[in-house]
Amino acid sequence: MWKWLHSYADPERAYNLSGKILPWFSILAIALIGIGSVWGLAFAPADYQQGESYRIIFIHVPAASMSMAAYMGMATSAFIGLVWQIKSADWVAAAIAPVGAVITFIALMTGAAWGKPMWGTWWVWDARLTAELVLLFLYLGVIALYASFEDKMLAARAAGILAIVGVINIPIIKYSVEWWSSLHQPSTIKITEKSTMSLEMLYPLLINIAGFGLMVGAITLIRFRCEILARNSMRHWVRELARIEGVK
Amino acid sequence: MKKNSSCSQAFFTLLKRDLHIAIRHKGDIFNPLLFFVLVVTLFPLAIGPDPKVLSIIAPGVIWVAALLASMLSLERLFKADYTDGSLEQMLLSPQPLSLMVLAKVAAHWILTGVPLILTAPLLAVLLHLNNNSYGALIATLALGTPVLSLLGAIGVALTVGLHKGGVLLSLLILPLYIPVLIFATTAIDSAGLNLPYSGHLAIIGAILIGSLILAPFAIGASLRVSTN
Repeated sequence: MWKWLHSYADPERAYNLSGKILPWFSILAIALIGIGSVWGLAFAPADYQQGESYRIIFIHVPAASMSMAAYMGMATSAFIGLVWQIKSADWVAAAIAPVGAVITFIALMTGAAWGKPMWGTWWVWDARLTAELVLLFLYLGVIALYASFEDKMLAARAAGILAIVGVINIPIIKYSVEWWSSLHQPSTIKITEKSTMSLEMLYPLLINIAGFGLMVGAITLIRFRCEILARNSMRHWVRELARIEGVK
Repeated sequence: MKKNSSCSQAFFTLLKRDLHIAIRHKGDIFNPLLFFVLVVTLFPLAIGPDPKVLSIIAPGVIWVAALLASMLSLERLFKADYTDGSLEQMLLSPQPLSLMVLAKVAAHWILTGVPLILTAPLLAVLLHLNNNSYGALIATLALGTPVLSLLGAIGVALTVGLHKGGVLLSLLILPLYIPVLIFATTAIDSAGLNLPYSGHLAIIGAILIGSLILAPFAIGASLRVSTN
């Protein structure tokens, strides 16, 4: 049933496929982030309580939700790589890690910028903020572990195990605002019930979340392609590619 | 039945072996303990001897020092076995690997966790810890230090094959230690204010049970990667 999928584990086919879908990801990401940000930052109504400064939500929430989604993506592909011994999945995990770390950093930074006018402080040692900071440390740990092995196959395995262990942090971040009385406001977007947000604010936010997702996907694809080339530099097709593209 | 007995036999043989080795190298037991005491002593010197301030920071200082001591002592958990090849024999043996690593982690906890628990009240006196907090301090350390050993062993197993393990190890396992640290210190603080802290203890207990069940598999998988 899944046989057609297995052929994409082959590095050359994975390289070509990711090259084909990369433009779609990039164009859609730029379009969606453009629409969402302009709509959110310039046209959406101001919040009755937080005034204009709430507008950073259009960057903060997408970045924060993608920081968790990217982690799950990394852990899932690491799991696939470990269990079914698919090297391409390991490379995907290695490609996601730095992207996820940066997006987590963006979420923390924009959160701090939002916290200053709203809470009067850049940072509080609150459950959600701390858990998000731990997420950043987990990303950095995975990156450091991957970098410290000479043999990249072992590196991917070891980093993969660490990534899977760290998954425990994701539900803690997600539900921290419900489990602990937190300064951080509870989530405004709900999948199963009505969101506690007016539609004029919700639509640009959702567009930006989709845009950030595609952006993470696009950057991951670029890094994935580089990873494939770096790991297969001795293969015939890579040399052929290098010759055609005119690399001396 | 026969397999069962051979499993428990393997567990206790390995546990005894590790304890024997440690008793013959007494420094391995005392150095982390000495480190623990020294780190705690640094705080009153650095912050000042005011009993009020010290009693506020005492739970955190003791726990952070315990955490660092446990981490530093973990570094050699698999090192000797890795260099002399006995780790590979363990991997090849018919008994489940997760059981073997559980024995090694248990030995590590007996050698470093238990001494930490026994010394902590003494250091708490030096830091003027609130009188109500002693029970909570010992309870959180008793439930928390096995978690530190179990989670830390994952990081050690991942880095055992590397030459430059030290700093990397702390980067890998300190984030995993944070939940235990948070619940333990809030439990001790609540106890100091005469508030109930059984809820925090229950969460640390749950973390302990969860990591007791899952960590051995992660450690085993990491060792297989490291020895390759």
